[in-house]
Amino acid sequence: MLDQGEGRPGPAASASDAALLEALRAGDEAAFSGLVQQYHGQFLRVASLYVSDQAVAEEVVQETWLGLLRGLDRFEGRSSLKTWLFRILTNIAKTKAVRERRSIPFSALWNADADPDEPSVEPERFFGEGHRWQGHWAPYPQSWSTLPEAQVLSDETRARVEEAIATLPPSQREVITLRDVQGWTSDEVCNSLSLSETNQRVLLHRARSKVRRALELYLGETASPR
Amino acid sequence: MTLAANDLTCQELVELVTEYLEGSLPAEARIEFDEHLAMCDGCANYLDQMRRTIEIAGKLTEASISPQAQESLLGAFRGWKSRPQP
Repeated sequence: MLDQGEGRPGPAASASDAALLEALRAGDEAAFSGLVQQYHGQFLRVASLYVSDQAVAEEVVQETWLGLLRGLDRFEGRSSLKTWLFRILTNIAKTKAVRERRSIPFSALWNADADPDEPSVEPERFFGEGHRWQGHWAPYPQSWSTLPEAQVLSDETRARVEEAIATLPPSQREVITLRDVQGWTSDEVCNSLSLSETNQRVLLHRARSKVRRALELYLGETASPR
Repeated sequence: MTLAANDLTCQELVELVTEYLEGSLPAEARIEFDEHLAMCDGCANYLDQMRRTIEIAGKLTEASISPQAQESLLGAFRGWKSRPQP
């Protein structure tokens, strides 16, 4: 049996959580369907961090909802409903990942101090040693504010971001997915992944830097040199 | 613009961007960061690019549930409703 306990306390269930739980326990189908619609896409995305097969990820999501039903009567609201649901989801996903023999991103064991620095921007982009502008931009990064908004926010641009995230090392992918794609707070991510604040930030920094780089390549290399 | 030897370089600044955006830079470093930004278009653009990157990542499309999956879950919910009450 999977551990579906409420674990360490994140933010406790809110008033809206309480109302929703009450509706669910009373068998309100609209409340249940609404919740499913609200979380389905997010669940699928997070499940895909752990299992490679799309069909298996779908299974993980289905089982998460069944896990919600199984635990609903016992859930005490010591964590928020969201935290609890994602804990069920990641437990199921990790169990399946082991079965898939896929290495899972074990961010909790990752240590910023032990990992060699990766520069956020290639050193060649800056004036080198001996130059009087050493360490300063050679050609400036381009201002994206001159690009048409429709291009910056196009499907194609978003596809590039998806692609860049998909190729990140697993721990970085995990953090940027939760923080920037799902919009979790750093506290939520640290809690959920058992990460220290510093490690979370370093993973996020590396992930964002690479995604920015991919976007820069797509949107146009650099502005004209000064 | 004049540069003192101990001024933050662009190459150093790009490594602090996430700490800056997270609000976790110590006050003194934050002031230095802001001062650099005020006189460096390259870094202002870079920071803006980073903000846009975050914004676009927040707008990725989420898959919606298929009607079949939705129906099967609703079935499970109905089954759960008729559970023996504790």
